[in-house]
Formats: sequence, C-alpha cells, structure tokens
Amino acid sequence: MSKPRLDDATGVETVGHEWDGIEELNNPLPRWWLWSFYACIAFAIGYVIAYPAIPLLDTATAGTFGWSSRGDLQKEMKAESVRTAGMMSELSKASIEQIATDPRLRRAAIDGGRAAFKVNCVQCHGNGAAGSVGYPNLNDDDWLWGGDAAAIHQTLVNGIRQPGDDATRMSMMPAFGRDGILTAPQVQDAVSFVRVISGNEKPSASAQRGAAIFTANCAVCHGANGEGSRAVGAPKLSDAIWLYGGDRKALTQTLTNARYGVMPSWGNRLDPVTVKMLATYVHSLGGGEAAPAPDPAAPPVAAAQ
Amino acid sequence: METALSRSGLWLIGLLMAVLACAAAVDTGFAIHMGIVGFACIIGLIVTLRGVDINRAILAPDQGRYDDDVIRWGVIATVFWGMAGFLAGLIIASQLALPVLNLGLEWTAFGRLRPLHTSAVIFAFGGNALIATSFYVVQRTCRARLAFPGLARFVFWGYQLFIVLAATGYLLGITQGKEYAEPEWYVDIWLTIVWVAYLAVFVGTIVKRTEPHIYVANWFYLAFIITVAMLHIVNNLNWPVSFVGSRSFPVFAGVQGALVQWWYGHNAVGFFLTAGFLAMMYYFVPKQAERPIFSYRLSIIHFWALIFLYIWAGPHHLHYTALPDWAQTLGMVFSVMLWMPSWGGMINGLMTLNGAWDKVRTDPIIRMMVMALAFYGMSTFEGPMMSIKSVNSLSHYTDWTIGHVHSGALGWNGMITFACLYYMVPRLWGKPRLYSLRMVNWHFWLATVGIVFYASSMWVAGITQGLMWREYGADGYLVNSFAETVLALKPMYFLRAFGGLLYLAGAVVMTVNVWRTILGHQRGEAPMRDAAFDPAKDRPIIAAPVAA
Repeated sequence: MSKPRLDDATGVETVGHEWDGIEELNNPLPRWWLWSFYACIAFAIGYVIAYPAIPLLDTATAGTFGWSSRGDLQKEMKAESVRTAGMMSELSKASIEQIATDPRLRRAAIDGGRAAFKVNCVQCHGNGAAGSVGYPNLNDDDWLWGGDAAAIHQTLVNGIRQPGDDATRMSMMPAFGRDGILTAPQVQDAVSFVRVISGNEKPSASAQRGAAIFTANCAVCHGANGEGSRAVGAPKLSDAIWLYGGDRKALTQTLTNARYGVMPSWGNRLDPVTVKMLATYVHSLGGGEAAPAPDPAAPPVAAAQ
Repeated sequence: METALSRSGLWLIGLLMAVLACAAAVDTGFAIHMGIVGFACIIGLIVTLRGVDINRAILAPDQGRYDDDVIRWGVIATVFWGMAGFLAGLIIASQLALPVLNLGLEWTAFGRLRPLHTSAVIFAFGGNALIATSFYVVQRTCRARLAFPGLARFVFWGYQLFIVLAATGYLLGITQGKEYAEPEWYVDIWLTIVWVAYLAVFVGTIVKRTEPHIYVANWFYLAFIITVAMLHIVNNLNWPVSFVGSRSFPVFAGVQGALVQWWYGHNAVGFFLTAGFLAMMYYFVPKQAERPIFSYRLSIIHFWALIFLYIWAGPHHLHYTALPDWAQTLGMVFSVMLWMPSWGGMINGLMTLNGAWDKVRTDPIIRMMVMALAFYGMSTFEGPMMSIKSVNSLSHYTDWTIGHVHSGALGWNGMITFACLYYMVPRLWGKPRLYSLRMVNWHFWLATVGIVFYASSMWVAGITQGLMWREYGADGYLVNSFAETVLALKPMYFLRAFGGLLYLAGAVVMTVNVWRTILGHQRGEAPMRDAAFDPAKDRPIIAAPVAA
C-alpha cells in the first residue's frame, strides 16, 4: 500500500490505496450533487406525507391530500357524465329518425358514433369503414340489409345471423356445389352468367346455359337480373361491388360452399344510446339513404329502452 | 488417466439422463431441449476422450500469471452474442416497420424473436461481458489468480448452455411469459447452479487476495452477482406441471406476481445493467485514462445509496394498475431519490478524466467511455423522470420506454462494453496494439449516430403515441383508434430500424478489428492525432528570373 501523495495534474491528494496502478483522489462529494440528493430526499418525504404511502396492517396511510387513483378516476368520470348528461338524455329519448333530422342531435351522435366505431367496428370494417374481403364497405350506397338510419340501426341492434336473436338479419345461401344441388360444370356456367351480368365477361355459351341455372336457383333471392334483395340480404350481382370477390375463383368458391357472414348483435353489448350513435355515424358516412316515406315496410325498430 | 476415465463416466451419465428425459418428455419443446443437453454431454465426452488437457491450467497452473483462458473465451463469446443480439434487434425493428417480415411462421414471429433479442443482448452479450471482465478485474485488483479454476470454466460453459437453451426455447415457444425472465423452470434451475458457482469463484478470489483492501469495482461486481441471484430465484419460484415437461406455474398470482416480476425486472436493470457495468467502468476508465479515480468518498456514498435505493424502485413499472396506490408512491419516490446516487457513478467516471481531457480528442477508446458515461447520465436522469406518475401516465406503454431503454442499453452498456473489449483484447492475446485504432473511431461514430437515430425516433414515436391515446374530442370521446396511432408511428419505425442498422454496422467493424487483432495483424494506418505535413511544400516561393 502506497502513502497518500499529491496528484500533479489536479493538485489533490490521493487516498493512498492502489490497485493494479489505480489510485483514488480524496476529493469531497461535489456540493451540487449532495444538495441535489438532499433535495430529492426532501421531495420524497413530502410526497410520502401528501399521498398514500406507508402500508399499515390492513390499509395504508391515506396522505394529507386524500388522493387515490380510483377516487381520481371516479371524480373525472362523474364530471364528464354530468357535463354530457343533457345530451345523453336527449339522445336516449329521441328516435333514430328524430336524431337524423335534428342537426344538433345528429352532430353529437356522429361524434359519439365515430369514437365507438373506432373501438368496436374497425377490427372488421377497417379504420376508414372501407371494409375488406367478407366485410362490407360502409362508405358506399350498396347496402345488403338497407341503408336508411332505422334499417342500419336494426342491423346493429340484432346483428347478422346471430343465433338466439329473433330479430337478427337472417338468410342462408345454399352450398350449391358442396351439397350436390349443382354439378361442377353447372357451377361454372352460373359463374359465367354472373360475370356476364356484372360486366366482367363477354356473353358466352357457358353464360347462356348459366342463365337458365340462375333463373331456377338464384333469382328467388338475387332477383331475375341479379339486382339483389335487401329483405334477405342478397347482394346485388349486376354491379362492380363484391363482398367476397368477383373473379372466377372467388365466385366458384361462393357458389360451391356458400357464404355465411356474421356480425354480433350490438344491442347485447353496447348501451342503446351508443348503438343509436353508431347507426347515425354509419348512416353519415356517405351512402346513407333517406327514410322510406309513408309506408314503414322496414321491420320495426327495436325500442331504445 | 483415472480422472479422464471418471470424467468420461460423468459425461456418459449426463448423456444417459438427457436421453431418458428426452424419451419421457411430455412435449416436443422439452424433448428438443433434452436433446440439446445430450448433445452438450457428447461434446464434453469427445473433448475428454480426445485427451485435451484441460487440466493443464487447472492442476498445474503457472502461478506467475493470471488465469485468463476463461476471459479470452468470454471476450469471443461477448462479440459473438453481441452480433447475434444486434442482428435479432434489427430484424424485429424491421418487422415492426414491415410486418410481412414476420414471414407468417410461428418461429419467426415478432413475439418469439423479441425475447430472443432482449435475452441475447442483456444476458448473452452483457452477461458474458460481465463474467469476462469480472474475472479480469478481480484477479488484477486482488493481485491473485482465480479461485477454483475448474469451476470458473464450468461457469463459462454452463452459462453458454443456459443461453442456448433460453434462445432455442423462445423460438420453440417455451416461455413463462415474464419479461426478461422467460426461460422455464429447468433452465432457471440450471442458471441458479451456474450462478452459485460464479459467486464461489468471485468471492473465493476476493478471499485469497493479496491487496489489503477490496477495490470499488469488486463491490459493484459482488452486489451484481448476489442481487441477481436473489432476484432470479424469487421471481422464478415456479412449480412444474410435469418434471419431464416444459411448462410450470408461478407461486405468486395476480398483482403480487406482477409486483415480484417488476421487482425483478427493474433490478435486472439496476444490478445487471447498472451495478455490473459500473464495476467495468471503475476499472477500465482509470486504466485507459491513466488517471486516479476522482473521489473515493463519492464512490462509497453512491455505491451504498445506489444499492439501497434501487431495490425499492420496481413498482414504478406498475403505475396506474391494480397495484395499491401506496406501493406506487413508494416506487416513485425511491426512483426520484435514485437520481443522484446513479449520477455519482457518472461523475466519478467523467471527473476521473480531470488532467487527461485531451485524450477525448486523441483516444477513441476514451471517447467511447465518455460517450457511455454521458448516455448513462442521460438515461439515469430520464428514468427517475419517467417514474413520476404524471410523466408516466403519458409515457407508459409507449415507445418512449423503448427509447429510454435503448439510450441506456446501446449508449451505456454497449459503448462501455466495446471500450472494455478494445482495452482487453491486445492485452489478453499479448499483442502490441489493436489491429486498427481508426476502426475504433469508425465504430464510435457509427454507434453514436445509430443511437441518435434510435433514441430520437422513439422519443418522437412515444410522445406521439401517448398524446394520440389520450386525445379527446369536444364531446369527450377518444379521437383515435389504436390502428391510427400505429399508422402514425410507421415513419419512426423505419428511422429506428435505420439507427439499429448503423449500430450493427459499428459492431461488424468491431468484430473485424477484434478478429484481426487476435490474429496478430496490424493495420498500416496514419496515427490519429497528426496534422498533414508535406515537406515538398514547406518552402518559400522564389520568383522566377525574368527572361532577358
């Protein structure tokens, strides 16, 4: 062990230890460092007094501020619910049609619907509601089950093909190929016909044969000219919009095995105001239709409460 | 000869048990792991049977030299696992920017590669660096050869087996789902055995020291080894579903399990990545700078303050969760108090350069050390700040945390390790100097610019993400869906991956440099500190005689 010596470069004495050539200077703790350390400790003590901190037998000190994270959340949620209570009660009382015609209610419903959409609907229908294969685009005016606010609302409340819900949107396309209703060549002929009426192919002998098959098997739901039917959610086949794809492969798959798209009944999952707001939002996306004027042919709207 | 025979017998017994466990395994993962253990036994058997005299250093050591074999292996392992870990990091960073790179396979999905990256860099790269440097430092500062040389070799190879089992387990989907403690029960038991052996070698060497005092670096190494042992055992108290299967259940459930996990997780940072690497700093910075440590008193105060305060700070990982408020408060205030004790290490490192600051300009290894300490200081300020609840409510669960971790990991742990490797390699292999000091300089700049890209992009990403998550419209509804916040971060993910690419490029330069130094090559290059001098131009201009 060496003796303490004066370090030339800094003029500070060493402690006198030495390990493998490493010495240590006898500098004091830097003042700013020490006082900052004390300040942090003082802050910690103050914070421990002010906030819940010291565990006791079956609880902990509450702190002089009386703050708790649950209490804080409750306070914020309560303040928010008081702030929005008026509008919520108005939306709750108003029918879906009334909301559609009152600009003030409509704006509030669209705002709320947009937020609820981002939490509950984007997973299938996409961020911009543009849909994807098997999930309809909600921005256009091509509706499977109806595009006025009340129809959208019913679809939302009762869902699509939800077992156990009597008012759910229900229909079922036969699996023409798999169940042997049509032979494989017949399926191809029907596909040809569908591709002709949708403007994807030129008329052919196969499509001509398909026309007869279509009339016998498909027209009952999809209409004589493929115009579709909202009563059974049968898509229009004479346009360029496809739910599962309009190429030969996808259509063959659809005709052979059928499709059975589902959507949850949101009436069981969300509160009635949120569902109304969602319906109003989806209606506002661009393809929303006016309510059918006098004759309420559409199924009755599920009451809000 | 008898020892060779009995050692072969031990390997055979190990092989037999591995084969039996493999045959009885209740799941494929465990069977594959036992296959790996059996393979390791076969390697051991072959090495023993071929008569490799691994007893030379152990039984008849040259008492006049330090026992550096394990350290040389450790240096190579550090470089190797560093490259593997950085590459895995670059891959998962690219996967976040371009999800198609998940390849649609379970083995290459982000969820499995991510623990591969974290464990490779922390435990394989960092762990090998810690084991190698601790054996290097403890011998030299105790002026004594390693205690239990055979056990020291077992520590090295046993630790490599742990790494291989952990890494292959992640790819096979074997995990107990605890961050930084993913390996399952049997791998945990193996690591415990290896770690106790490590403790024995280290403490044994300190006990047989010839120096009167224990150097500060060894306090830090010892704190690291003991605390990691405690953390590892408590957080891995699991009960196996089957003794020949890879699944187990933790004894702590719910929020208690979460608290134990983050007590472990935070102190893995505190004692593995802070205390252990401060130990490296305390030896290699004064050696490279050839200056005394700035303050003995500071080293004592900040050591004890650091290890006392760090152990309580874990709950700040669970702010605004089911953890009771009082525990969150304590986690926060202990983190705030930890700020200055952490900075004590930075001060002692940086101020050690007093009287030698010019070396920052002339010595790229010192420059690396200074940059490491600067990043250490930045992240140990950022950490306490992020533990404050109001800051945490914005930063938690965002990429800010990722940025914070990487400014510490790439800046502090990475840079100080590189500097230590550059210091040790010529000395361990008896070479006059590194292959190239200019390549060290290249490594320094590639790594530094890489970190800047990484950390700044993740700060921007994290704050963007935090603000988007909490953005409310006038009517009190959330404005953004989660997918929209992900989309907003995409450019940042590309920048982050670019930063990682630079950092990896720096490590490639290091690998070449270390490799060629070991081979004994020396790059012919101009010294780093000379200004250009051209003697031909060093003369006055004489006017040409005018033609008559």
